[in-house]
This record gives sequence, C-alpha cells and structure tokens, in this order.
Amino acid sequence: MKMLLEGSHAVAEAVRLCHPQVIAAYPITPQTHIIEHLAQMVANGELSSEFISAESEYAAASVVLGAVATGTRAFTASASQGLLLMTEVLFNIAGLRLPVVMVCANRAVGAPINIFCDHQDSMALRDAGWIQLYVSSNQEAVDSIIQAYRIAEACELPVMICMDGFFLTHAFEPVDIPEQTAVDTFLPPYQFSRMLDPKKPMTLGGGSEPDNYLEYRAALHNDMEKTLDRIQRVGSDFSQQFGRGYGGLVEGYRLEDAEIVFVGLGSLIGAVQDLIDQLREQGQLVGALRLRCFRPFPAAALVRSLSSAKRIIVMEKAFSAGAGGIVATELRAALYQAGLSIPVDNFIGGLGGRDITPSILEQIFHTSVSSDAAIDCRFINKDDMSHAEGNATTPGEGD
Amino acid sequence: MNNNSQHEIRFHGRGGQGAVSAAALLSLAAFEDGFNAQAFPKFGSERRGAPVEAYVRISSSPIRSHNQIYNPDVVIIQDSTLVHSEPVLEGLKDDGLVILNSDHLAEQRNNYSSGALWITVNANQISEELLGRPLPNTVLLGALAASTGWVSLAALEKAISHHLVKKGETIVTANINALREGYRIAEQQEEAIS
Repeated sequence: MKMLLEGSHAVAEAVRLCHPQVIAAYPITPQTHIIEHLAQMVANGELSSEFISAESEYAAASVVLGAVATGTRAFTASASQGLLLMTEVLFNIAGLRLPVVMVCANRAVGAPINIFCDHQDSMALRDAGWIQLYVSSNQEAVDSIIQAYRIAEACELPVMICMDGFFLTHAFEPVDIPEQTAVDTFLPPYQFSRMLDPKKPMTLGGGSEPDNYLEYRAALHNDMEKTLDRIQRVGSDFSQQFGRGYGGLVEGYRLEDAEIVFVGLGSLIGAVQDLIDQLREQGQLVGALRLRCFRPFPAAALVRSLSSAKRIIVMEKAFSAGAGGIVATELRAALYQAGLSIPVDNFIGGLGGRDITPSILEQIFHTSVSSDAAIDCRFINKDDMSHAEGNATTPGEGD
Repeated sequence: MNNNSQHEIRFHGRGGQGAVSAAALLSLAAFEDGFNAQAFPKFGSERRGAPVEAYVRISSSPIRSHNQIYNPDVVIIQDSTLVHSEPVLEGLKDDGLVILNSDHLAEQRNNYSSGALWITVNANQISEELLGRPLPNTVLLGALAASTGWVSLAALEKAISHHLVKKGETIVTANINALREGYRIAEQQEEAIS
C-alpha cells in the first residue's frame, strides 16, 4: 500500500515484513527512529521478534552474530561512532559468513563530533567483507532491505543497507509498502546449512594458522566478487515481481550519448538528475551514474557504463585522509585496468550534513569542464559555497 | 502564485512551536489529496526557542531532490521576531507568498516590500483562544490552504485527526476549529487585497 511515511518508519515496516526473530540494537542519531518503530511494533504484538536493547553497539552486533549462527533471521542498525564500535564484530560476521542484514543511517564520524549525514562511517568499513548497497530514496531503502535478506542468505554473506541520515531517515516521502504475501513469495524462510545445534556439536570461529589463514581470507574476497551476479539477479527478480528496479549494481541516467558523467552515491542523485535535465535542455551531453553497490566493487559494470564518457565527475561524501576520494580512486583503477584513460575529477562535499545545493552541483560541472587536467581531489569548501549560493541561504552558517 | 507543477514551502519557527510537525501535516494532507509530497526538517540541534526550519515539496510528478529549499514559493513564519533575526525571506520567489503569525502586520509588510503577497494572521491569539496555548501551526496551515489552494481543507482535517488521534477528540476538534479560523481569515484578507 502506498503511504506517506518517515524514512525510518518505512524501514521498520520493511524489516517487519522480513520477520527477523531477533532484533538487537543500541540507539544513535540518526538511526534511533528505526529502532523505536521496531520496538513499538514488538510491544504492540505486530511483530513477533525478540527485541534486545543491548548495552552497546558492540554487544548488539554480537547478539545478531550469535542469533544468525543459530539459524534465526536477525536485524540491527547503527551509525557513525556506533557503527565503528561494532567494527571488530562486523569483520567476524563476514569472516564467519553469516547472513546478517543491517541498516547504516549514514552519519559523519568525529572528531569534531557531528550528528549529520555523510558516508564516512560505512566507507570506513569497506574492507570488512560486507556487501554495501547505498540507496537514493526511502522506497529504495524499503525494497533493498527485502532484497538484502535474500542476497545475504543465498550468498551467506552480510549486507549493509546504507541510507543517508536525516536526508532519508527523517524525510516524509511516499512509499509503497509491499503486501506480506508478496514478500513471503519473494523471500523464502531462512535455512542455514551451518546452523549451530546442540544435537550436532561443532565449533564456529575456530582459530587458523599461517598455513591456512590466507586461503580463508582469499576465499572471502572471491566469494564477495561472486555476489555481484546475485545482487544483479535479485534486483531483476524484485523488479519483475514488484515493478520497481534500481539497476542492481549501478543505475544510469541519460547516459546514452553522455560525454560528461556525474558519479555519486545516495540521496544526492535526485538533485543531480534534476541538473542533468536542465543541462540537457541547454544542449550539454551529460548523464549520471549512481553507484548503488559499492562493495563488492562493480568494476566491470562501471567500465561498461562509462566507456564512452569523455570526462567523469565523482562526488563523494567521504574520503581517506592522506589519500583522497575513495570512490574516485577505485574508479580510476578500474578504468586503468580496462585500458581506458578518461579523466576523473574528484569532488568531496556534503560532509557533516552540509547540503550539496543545485547551484553547487552546477558550479562543480562548470569547474570540471573548464579544467584541462583531471582534478585529483578537491574539497567543496565554504568559500566555493558562499560564492555559489548568491541569494540563497547558506546552511549552517551563523548557527 | 505561479502554476509550476512543483510547489515549495519553507517553515520558519522556534524549537517547540512545531514547525516540523506542521511540515509533516501539510505533506500528509497533500498526499491525501493525491499529490506527491515530501517533508523534512533542517537538521539542527533541537532545543526550545532556537530557530528551526522545515521544508515541504508538493508536486504532481515524483520528487527526486532531497535538497533543502532555497527558492520557496511560500514562507510561513511562525514567530514574527524571526523576521528581524533570521534570513526568513531569502530566496523567496518574486511572486511568492509570506504567511506571518503576528498581531501587527501592516508595519512588517512595508519594511520588507517586494512583489510578495503578505498574509498576516494572529495565530497566537486564535490558538490561545481555541487550544488554550499559543500553538500557531494549524491556524497557519488553514491560511496556507485558503491562499494557495494547493491543499484541501478536508485533507488537512483528515491529517490532523489522524496525527493527533492519541491526544483525544477535544484536541482534534480544537485544532480543526483553529484550522478553519485560519482559513477564514486568510480568505477575507485575500479578498480585501484583491
């Protein structure tokens, strides 16, 4: 049924439809509303799950690790410092090949402390062995959670749905909440082949030695790469059944003859698409590509979509201090491997919740097309911003 | 008022006045009327009395942008003191509309003359009479419905009934009366201007 819901509420509805038997979490802005809605559903008897208010994010992650290992479906959500506190457990969940599904309500990481949106938290976990899907709307968040359980359980690897804190979690938007019967058809019950069972004692998470550790870790990498096909397939199965699709790994917009292509992640892409339409009307050959799946990195899909571009503009809301933009660096490597030398301009912006306004996007476009050499890594700083905004309000200024 | 297919409304209030709830109510009513709608707050530290912004988009086509609103068609100012301290009119479209909660309005209008139409409603007084507290939200939403026609009174009433159901029938009825009073006053003012 189509409803107007707050993003966090919509996410809770999607989780409810997937029937996790265990939900464990610790509240942190901007994830809290998701957990509050789920707790309310359990209290109201609308969802029969064990709801565990953990004493920390580390504990919450440990609870879902254990729950999933015993063959029950589980859910957790976090953000920012909370997500980072889970780090050790998240590496273990992936290494143990446990199909946990979680939501990261993307938020900046301190210091300085900041509760608002950027992608630094989940990006910091890019090496953990979790599949990461970045969504662009609340509808996509709902649909991706349902897909995530199917991907995770089929591949026996964990999935993190990354949604922009506040921009999505706190926005009221129309969402179509699928019928329970339709979700049940799409998502079979969880059956875990390596389920912990007292009747059949075995060890989960035993030690390994120098003579076999590398093989375990290499297998994790290889199996992660194999999930690319599964993510794509589950996405097309979903769109066949529900009539909504997001491209699986990447989602192109007006790419057909595009010479300049914007690449970005998350809720920012709506404003980018509006700009593309505007620039197209002025005769510019521009398009956009949204990276939905960031881990595993869909190098082949990206190269396929971008091979005829003349210039690529990567905008990201995170960076690796001392190295620069993360997505741009990986994209440049993928293009190089494919023998393509397309200039990739890298802009870092929207950190700590600062809005990337339509006029800033336009300014990025003009800066990019008027540069000869590729822009290695440029922060969209406050001077650029006030310059770009002209007569509009500058968010955050004077606060 | 322009007839673009997308309308953008910016609320300015103070923490505790309910700008975020007003935006949510408006989006729910527009959705009820069959439009696409989006509402979200400007994310600041939530403390009573601090300036707060909230945004609503209403459109006949899907809304893609998640940006804050920089060039609103309408600004709704819940506290008239904000006019002096905050850039409440920044980016307002030339043919835009200002709905101001105040008891002395001619003066304000003259100080900030532009092509914008000003509707002034003493929403504090009305809400104090009807709700027992100065909660200007529903009065101002009524004024918006009357002066733009972008959302129906019936849909706003339904959204209020739904949103405030836990507060009981008395409060729902009082808010609906406040909404209707705001609608009536704005309608009168518009007639007087035109």
